[in-house]
Amino acid sequence: MNDKAKAPAPAGRAAAKKELPEHLKAYKHVWVFIEQERGQAHPVSWELMGAGRILADKLGVNLAAVVVGARNEATQAVVRESFNYGADLAYLVADDILMDYRNESYTKAMTDLVNAYQPEILLLGATILGRDLAGSVATTLLTGLTADCTELDVDAEGSLAATRPTFGGSLLCTIFTLNYRPQMATVRPRVMPMPERVEKPIGRVIEHPLGLVEDDIVTKVLSFLPDRDSTKSNLAFADVVVAGGLGLGSPENFQLIRQLASTIGAEFGCSRPLVQKGWVSSDRQIGQTGKTIRPKLYIAAGISGAIQHRVGVEGADYIVAINTDKNAPIFDFAHVGIVTDAVRLLPALTEAFSKRLSPHQRDRLAS
Amino acid sequence: MHIVVCMKQVPDSAQIRVHPVTNTIMRQGVPTIINPYDLFAIEEALRLRQKFGGAVTILTMGPPSAEDSLRKALTFGADRAVLLTDRFFAGADTLATTYALATAIRKIGVEFGPPHVVFTGKQTIDGDTAQVGPGVAKRLGLMQLTYVSHIDNVDLEAGTIDVERRSEGGVQKLRSKMPCLISVLEGVNEMRIGSLSDALTAARATIIKWSAQDAGVEDITKCGLRGSPTIVKRVFAPKPRAEKAQFIELGDKPGDAFVDELFKRRPKLESELGQLTRGY
Repeated sequence: MNDKAKAPAPAGRAAAKKELPEHLKAYKHVWVFIEQERGQAHPVSWELMGAGRILADKLGVNLAAVVVGARNEATQAVVRESFNYGADLAYLVADDILMDYRNESYTKAMTDLVNAYQPEILLLGATILGRDLAGSVATTLLTGLTADCTELDVDAEGSLAATRPTFGGSLLCTIFTLNYRPQMATVRPRVMPMPERVEKPIGRVIEHPLGLVEDDIVTKVLSFLPDRDSTKSNLAFADVVVAGGLGLGSPENFQLIRQLASTIGAEFGCSRPLVQKGWVSSDRQIGQTGKTIRPKLYIAAGISGAIQHRVGVEGADYIVAINTDKNAPIFDFAHVGIVTDAVRLLPALTEAFSKRLSPHQRDRLAS
Repeated sequence: MHIVVCMKQVPDSAQIRVHPVTNTIMRQGVPTIINPYDLFAIEEALRLRQKFGGAVTILTMGPPSAEDSLRKALTFGADRAVLLTDRFFAGADTLATTYALATAIRKIGVEFGPPHVVFTGKQTIDGDTAQVGPGVAKRLGLMQLTYVSHIDNVDLEAGTIDVERRSEGGVQKLRSKMPCLISVLEGVNEMRIGSLSDALTAARATIIKWSAQDAGVEDITKCGLRGSPTIVKRVFAPKPRAEKAQFIELGDKPGDAFVDELFKRRPKLESELGQLTRGY
């Protein structure tokens, strides 16, 4: 996508929008791919249902959930749940050889569904699974795909306007797929707000056969080792996050971030330079190329706040920034700013919080 | 064993600046680098060659200046480098890019032998899409193995390859067939320092340069801007927030002053933090 931004289309080209070719006019409705691995729906899918609902209402069309998985109760539960997140109907490809995600079988299921039922918009989560699948599906269908959108809208003509950061998050660009269908886009977890879950009866479910047998699939799953909970970082979904940046000065000082985080029950994170320097592992990176967070409280210590970081934290309810440079861009989007050296302030914060929260800690020891 | 690595020369994003008035990218003087994620792909390719013999071909699409990055890749010990460069490729989105790269890989297959494995990095740091690898695999009918953290085994006779791949909630061990496309997860290996003799060879090496026609592109309308289904209509700087941060002074007991101030401004946080630290 970025290549396009380097040579933006001349205004004349974009303006000279041809009417949609006749065979593409049949493409209607908004679809959300409900990502699930072994019966566990990924929260990003529900976030996308919220975004998809808004698009569908603007277009006056249906919102459909698309579920692909093994033929079992867990998959059925995901289908049912999609109605609680606003689906008007659901498409289902259920087959036991879809138990594990594999590119070949899932691409076949998705492209067959699109060709049979022709949606105008198809949204997927920009997760490991979603990216692997979206690229194959878009290439098979020879249509446009816009990755990592931060905003989705429809323009006056009913085309999907997909906005995403470009140039490492220095600028935003709005991308259209005018003469191809479906218009495909991916969105990273936590970028869109989680919609309210409203208990609803199951609606219309359209089942479609997979049309493959195990022998048709080249790639075999030898084993699956689920992550141990202890190795999983809950950063993206944490209520409180404390993160550090280059202003910490040395890798040893990152300890101060961990200490404050554990004192207040927060997850810890960092800005991109710390990952590039090897101070912190990449699963802790917050920003455009890392995790997007939406906590109730975010404390950023020694982070300057480049746009690439900003796009990952803008969904936070309350941002506290600590930086020695009062002109640092982080103060443009933080709610509260403290101009001081984070390395000196952090231990004082840890101590003060631990004092203030200690009655609770006593409760914890007693119970 | 023939291994192709798709590599991209990218602007060093850490050094990109936006013009404060015109909101355009200031390109002048921004150094270009090999996309950092691609280094893991190059290293993985060299390791396979070490084990099984054969050759590593590096392929890149870009402006003529991308030759610099290809030469750099040769210093690590790659055998040859192909630069796909043509004004027809300019302005390509991911779909048009995969068309050009897939065409060139077919041509590489004809000239230097069909590849067993095509490597890519996980994604680029400028486009960040992670779509080009899957697109190339689809166009060439290669098995697609993304986010691979380890190559466990290659059986050249049976044509099988076993890999570990990162999946959303764990690690999948897969057995697939070659030819395949592998996108390599970051941090899974450490890039070697090229030998002196490789550096000398690289300095003298001829970079193979192909135009669209040389590469065997049959339909030029599938390339570049014309071949791109997506259209960038607007590039703009993010809106500044209406209010800037309120600066607070903490005095000589900064820790307590901060906690007081925070709970005064966000009263609900006190009970929320309390719950979190109770460890539920």
